[in-house]
Amino acid sequence: MEATRKKFDWKEFIINNNTFIILLLLVIVSAFLSDTFLTTMNLRNILLQQAGPILVAIGLLFVILAGGIDLSVGSIMAVGATVSAILITDLGMHFSVSIGVALIIGLAFGLFSGILVAYAGIQGFVATLATMTIARGVAFVLTEGRPVKVEAGTISTLVSKDFMYPIIWITILLIIVFTIVHRYTGYGRKVIAIGSNETALKLAGVRTKQYIMSTYALSGALAALAGVFVAARSSTGSATVGTGQELDAIAAVVIGGASLMGGRGFVLNTVAGALILGLIGNIMNLMAVPSYPQDIIKGVIIIAAVLLQIATSKRDRTI
Amino acid sequence: MTPEYIVEMNHISKHFGGVKALQDVHLNVKRGEIHALIGENGAGKSTLMKILAGAYPKDEGTILIDGAEATTATPRAMLDMGVSVIYQEFMLAPDLTVAENIFIDHMQQGLFINWKDLKRRAKEQLQKIGFGNIDPGKKVGELSVAYQQIVEICKCLAKDSKVLVFDEPTAVLTHSETEKLLELIVKLKQEGVTILYISHRLEELFAISDKITVLKDGKYVDTVETASITKEQLVTMMVGREIEQLFPERNAEIGEEILRVENLAAGDLVEDVSFSLRKGEVLGFSGLVGSGRTETMRAIFGADKKSSGKVRYFGEEVNFRSPKQAIRKGIGLLPEDRKTQGLLLKQPIRYNATLVSRQGNGFINHKKEQQEVRELLARIATKYGSTEDNADSLSGGNQQKVALAKWLAVDTKVIILDEPTRGVDVGAKTEIYRIINELAESGVGVIIISSEMAEIIGVCDRAIVMREGRVTGEVPKENLTENHLIKLAMGV
Repeated sequence: MEATRKKFDWKEFIINNNTFIILLLLVIVSAFLSDTFLTTMNLRNILLQQAGPILVAIGLLFVILAGGIDLSVGSIMAVGATVSAILITDLGMHFSVSIGVALIIGLAFGLFSGILVAYAGIQGFVATLATMTIARGVAFVLTEGRPVKVEAGTISTLVSKDFMYPIIWITILLIIVFTIVHRYTGYGRKVIAIGSNETALKLAGVRTKQYIMSTYALSGALAALAGVFVAARSSTGSATVGTGQELDAIAAVVIGGASLMGGRGFVLNTVAGALILGLIGNIMNLMAVPSYPQDIIKGVIIIAAVLLQIATSKRDRTI
Repeated sequence: MTPEYIVEMNHISKHFGGVKALQDVHLNVKRGEIHALIGENGAGKSTLMKILAGAYPKDEGTILIDGAEATTATPRAMLDMGVSVIYQEFMLAPDLTVAENIFIDHMQQGLFINWKDLKRRAKEQLQKIGFGNIDPGKKVGELSVAYQQIVEICKCLAKDSKVLVFDEPTAVLTHSETEKLLELIVKLKQEGVTILYISHRLEELFAISDKITVLKDGKYVDTVETASITKEQLVTMMVGREIEQLFPERNAEIGEEILRVENLAAGDLVEDVSFSLRKGEVLGFSGLVGSGRTETMRAIFGADKKSSGKVRYFGEEVNFRSPKQAIRKGIGLLPEDRKTQGLLLKQPIRYNATLVSRQGNGFINHKKEQQEVRELLARIATKYGSTEDNADSLSGGNQQKVALAKWLAVDTKVIILDEPTRGVDVGAKTEIYRIINELAESGVGVIIISSEMAEIIGVCDRAIVMREGRVTGEVPKENLTENHLIKLAMGV
C-alpha cells in the first residue's frame, strides 16, 4: 500500500479531534451569546462545577471500554457526599480522613457491582441498577433524609480560594493520570482489549474477570470523590446529590466518541464531552433559560453532537 | 430473445480510499452454468461479489442482470433482480425456526401468519433439494453449520433467485458435508439456477464448475473452460508464479516426548482421548467437524474443564485450570475462529501481535513495541500498512499471520493450531506451513487440527484421527492417505 498522504490532512484532523472542535465552537458561540461567559469567575465556576462530572465520566469510560455500563455512579456520589459530611459532623473526624473513608466506601460499592458482573454473571445494566438503588438507600438511611450541614473550614477547604481551589487541581491531576493509564499502561490496554473481544483475551492468558471487576471499583471510587466535591462546594452532605448524574456521564462518554459496545474511547475526549454538557447548562443559565426547557435543549444538543460525531467519523471501509 | 449471459459485469472498478480493490474487471456468466471465481485472498473476489449483491456501490462499469441494467444497486434491488448471495457468515436468525427463516421476507399472506401452511411450504422447499429430514419447526441455532447453510440456500430459492452466489461455502463443512453440498449445487444447476462459486479448494472447482474466472490483485486475468485447464495451470494464473511446492520441506529432529494425554474426557464431546507429542514433531488431528478435536485441545489448554484423564507435560502431571496457567508453562493455542476468538478486529495490529507477550499492567513504550512488532511480522512475511491499522483491515491470510504472531513473540514449547489455514489463500498457506516448520525445527511440538486432509498429509509427521470423542486411529507418516483418514474418521 503506497503512502499518498504527505501534506497535512485537514479532513483527518477534524475527524480525529471532532469532540474538541465541538467544544471550541461551543465556547465561541457562548462568548458571543453572553458577556459574562468569558469572565474569570464564570470560567472558574464551570471548572468547580464540572470537576465532579468529569471524574464520574472518566470512571464510567473505563467501565464502558471494557464493555460494561455503570448506572450506580449518581447514587454513589450521594454516598460519598453524605459519608464525608457525617463523619465530620457526627464523629468529629478530620475532613481528610472522612474523604478517605468515603472513597473506600465508594470503591466497595463499585467492587460489589464488579463482583456481581464478573463473577456472578449478572449483566452490568442489571447489577448496577441494583447497586444504584442500594447506594441511594444507604445515603438516605445515613442522613435520615435530612441534609447534613458541615461547618466551614473543614471540607470546604477543597474549594477554598486560599488553597488555589484544590478540586480543580485534583481533577487535572487525575485527568493526566488516567490519560496515561489508558494510553501507556498494560492495564489500559487490557481494559480496551476486553471490550473488543473478551474471548480472545482469555485465550491469550488474561484473567479478564479481575479487570472487569476493577473497572467498576474504579468507577465507584471516582463517583464517591465527585460526591465529596459536591459536599465541599455546598458544605452539605445530601442524599439527593448526583440524581441523574449517571445519564449525564453516559452522555459525556458518548459525546466523547466512545463506543458503548466497548473497546473504543479516550479520556481527553470524555473530559471534553463532560465540558460540552457543562457549558450547555452554563450558557443557558447565563441567558436565564428556565430549567425545564433547558433539559429539552440539552437533549437536542446531545443528539446533534453525537450525529456530528457519526458524520465526521465515517471512514471508507477497506477490503 | 433472452440474452446469452445472465450476469454481465463489465469494466468494474472500485476504490477504497487510495487502494484500488478492483480495476476494469469482467465477469460474464451464462444462464444455467456453474461459474467459479478464483484468486488469492485480496484478489478482489469478495469485493466483486459484494458489488454484485449491491452491498458496495461500484465506481465504474456496468452490471446487467438478464439483459437489464442494474442502475440502482442496493441489496434490495439486486435481490429483486434475482441475485442472492450466501455469505460465509449466514444471514439467519438463530432463535427463529427453519420455516420462519426460509420465509422471513414474506411470512404472511393475509393479516395473520398461517403457521401450519408456513411449515408445510418450508418442508416442500427442503424436500425439493433433498433435505426433507430437516425439521422446519426447529430453531436454526440448534442446527449444525451444514444444515444452517441448507436453510440459507432454501431461503434464497424461496425468493425465486435466478443466480446464487456461494462465498466459500465449504470452508466450514466436513468432507462428507462438502460432498453433499456439491451434489446439491449440481442439482440446482440442472433445475436451471445459475451458480457463482467462490472457493479456495481447487478440487471442488474442478469437480463441479463449467467455467472459471481468475482474478489477481484486483485485475481480471482470464475466463477459461474448466475442462481445458489443469490445476497447475490454474494456480500459475492465480499467483502469477509457479508454486513448486505447497508444502515446504522440513528438517526437524524429533526428540523426546513432551506431552502425554491419557484417557482424557471433557464435556459432551470428548469421551476418551489418549496421545503423545514429541519435541520437534508436527502431529495432525483429523476427523469430522464435531468429533471433539477442538474440545480436546481446549481441555488440555485449560479453556474448558476436563472431567477425567491425565495430562503429563515434560513427565510431570499437570492440570491447567485456565489458559493463563497453560501459557505460563509454554503451551499456546491458536483458536479455530480467528474473528471471534483469535483477534481483536477493531484494535491495532500491534495490540494483537502483543496480546500474549504483554501480560503485565505496567508502562508501555509504544515506539519500542512498534519496532518489535514490525520485526516479528517481517519474520513471517505479513503484508500490512502500519502496525497501528486495525486488524480487520487485513486480508484473511494476513489476519491469521497476526493471530499466529502473538505466539511467536513468546517462548512456547507446545503450540496447538486449530484450523490454521481456514479461509486463507494459497500463498499465505505456504507461508504458514513454513512457520510451522520453523517452529518444529526449533524444537517446538506442534499440534494441527485440520479438516483438510491434504494438509494433514502434507504437513504432519503423524496423525491422530478422532470420531465421536474418541481416538479411532493413529497413522504414521508413511501410511497417511486420504482414503485411510476418511475411513478412520467415518468409522468404516
